[in-house]
Amino acid sequence: MEIFVQQMFNGLTIGSVYALVALGLTLVYGILHIPNFAHGALYMMGGYITLTMMTNFGLHYWLAILVSILAVGLIGVLMERLVFHPLRHAPPIHDKIAAIGILLFLEAFAQYVWGADYQTMPSPYDQVVHLFGLTFTMQRLLIIVFAIAVMILLYVFLKKTFIGATIIAMSQDREGANLVGINTNRTAMLTFLISGGLASIACSLAAPINLVFPGMGQLVILKAFVIIILGGMGSIPGAILGGYILGFSESLGATYISNDYKDIIAFVLLVIILSVKPTGLFAKGGH
Amino acid sequence: MAKILKQRNIISLLILIAIVFPFLTKNEYFIHVMTLSFIWMIGVYGLNLLAGYTGYLSLAHAGFFAIGAYSLGILTVKAEMNFWLAFLLSLLITGILGFLIGLIALRTKEHFFAIYTLCVGYIIYLVIDKWDSLTEGVRGLIGIPAPGKAGPINFEEPLSQYYLVLFFLLVTVLIVYRIIHSLSGRTYIAIRNSEDLALTIGISTMKNKLSVFVLSTIFAGLSGALYASFIRFIGPDIGQISVTFDLLTYLLVGGIGTLSGPIVGTVLIVWLSQELQFLQDYRMLIFGPVLTLLVIFYPRGIVGALTGWKHKRDEKRKPQAARASSMAFGKSQVTVDKPVKEG
Repeated sequence: MEIFVQQMFNGLTIGSVYALVALGLTLVYGILHIPNFAHGALYMMGGYITLTMMTNFGLHYWLAILVSILAVGLIGVLMERLVFHPLRHAPPIHDKIAAIGILLFLEAFAQYVWGADYQTMPSPYDQVVHLFGLTFTMQRLLIIVFAIAVMILLYVFLKKTFIGATIIAMSQDREGANLVGINTNRTAMLTFLISGGLASIACSLAAPINLVFPGMGQLVILKAFVIIILGGMGSIPGAILGGYILGFSESLGATYISNDYKDIIAFVLLVIILSVKPTGLFAKGGH
Repeated sequence: MAKILKQRNIISLLILIAIVFPFLTKNEYFIHVMTLSFIWMIGVYGLNLLAGYTGYLSLAHAGFFAIGAYSLGILTVKAEMNFWLAFLLSLLITGILGFLIGLIALRTKEHFFAIYTLCVGYIIYLVIDKWDSLTEGVRGLIGIPAPGKAGPINFEEPLSQYYLVLFFLLVTVLIVYRIIHSLSGRTYIAIRNSEDLALTIGISTMKNKLSVFVLSTIFAGLSGALYASFIRFIGPDIGQISVTFDLLTYLLVGGIGTLSGPIVGTVLIVWLSQELQFLQDYRMLIFGPVLTLLVIFYPRGIVGALTGWKHKRDEKRKPQAARASSMAFGKSQVTVDKPVKEG
């Protein structure tokens, strides 16, 4: 029983990280209908920038995260301006290939600048805590609390503010949003800013309990795709729910099935879902 | 002048160059690199058939490449089977797996298909990496035999291997050429341009998509099997996503949805990579942006840009009267080389 509770806690931790990554991905998909394969590279860049800020510039963890959010957000905006905007009328296959090009570039860039080694990110919160018979580090608790706070903030932003509402409007109907006077270009840039920021937060939070290396985004992005297909492409609650479902099934699967194959769980899940429902669970209407 | 540059002459010239190439250079390393790029070309043709002509971007091709390579490796090393039997069987295995995966994967469309195949590719990689008892896991398979004797010819030497691979490449090109200029080829292009429309005019899209998917995976498997017998050592790395991205880069640079694109792109990139060897790990610093820029400005790669330019020039040159007749001839070219349309 104790193992079970411990694993549920671990599931909550990784689920929070997955949910944050998937949220960024689903926001971009919602407004531009692009599966942004480069999102994993943004995640990786977030980790490296936070790490550099902490080790080379001696910034505090939180300050480093803030810098990283802005920097990665900026990369996201640049991506939208330079690549996805010119391609908005191109066939869907082009966006995907362009995104793959960005992904390859950013990974090589990270390897060039920071080297291919695995690096550890020191965290000011690595104390071990015993609570209700559970043993965990503060960092893990922090991940959960901070991720949930970010999700609530995002929700309030999207639902209660005017600018947030423009994103929702654009995801519902791009032309309609344009007709009622929403600057769709600005909204698209804003969405990429938020998406990049979320990826950066997710990585900065998760990096202290994992490692930082150029290929760290690959597996995460694949899983984030599984999540948004699970939760419905473009759906925000779906991304959060899907993130936690995957987090739980992975941590439980690692304990009770096989640690070697825990990464495969997500993909088997996806293969099963798409085999049964080719347009994903909770898909809205026809295409 | 124009007559000399006719398609058929260019093709014969290219084949001739490929045949005499080993005599032009005495450098064995060059022959090695060229053989390797021929092997990649076969895989790229497979991808081109699916992504370029049918409009389905499969990101699982490194997986099928690895299946082909590992089938050959396991059958020859572990089961100690005759090389050519194992070779045929590995194509068969890839084809069957391709059929089974395609049956499900092709129910999905566009983004879902890309994501689905991405995940399938990753599953294949993970299975190869973790299934120690069958694939030797991260240690890889060592000592795969070179192609066995076929009659009087021995394929142990680099030169004969070069010709063997060239032979398979020519067969591949011929098959692809015949398909593209047949009714099935037109059908694939119809599916690419609009699947709904194709369905409306009575094309069984599922059957066609499945056949092109299986064919495409068999080419990937062929390329993998040749790779295994040429390099004679394989590790799980060959199934990684980055290999799919490499194939995609070759295809994009050369020209997606064009017949000669895979050749141009692969030769160019493989040789450039050789020249830029000091960049080895960082070559994507250059190729990544190139890929993105190409998609934005020249979505049909070098070959697509050249043919587009040639068409334009021909149109300008021809007097008004001759245009009508030339249109009829040019039409078949145009339909084949049409840019990828929104599906």
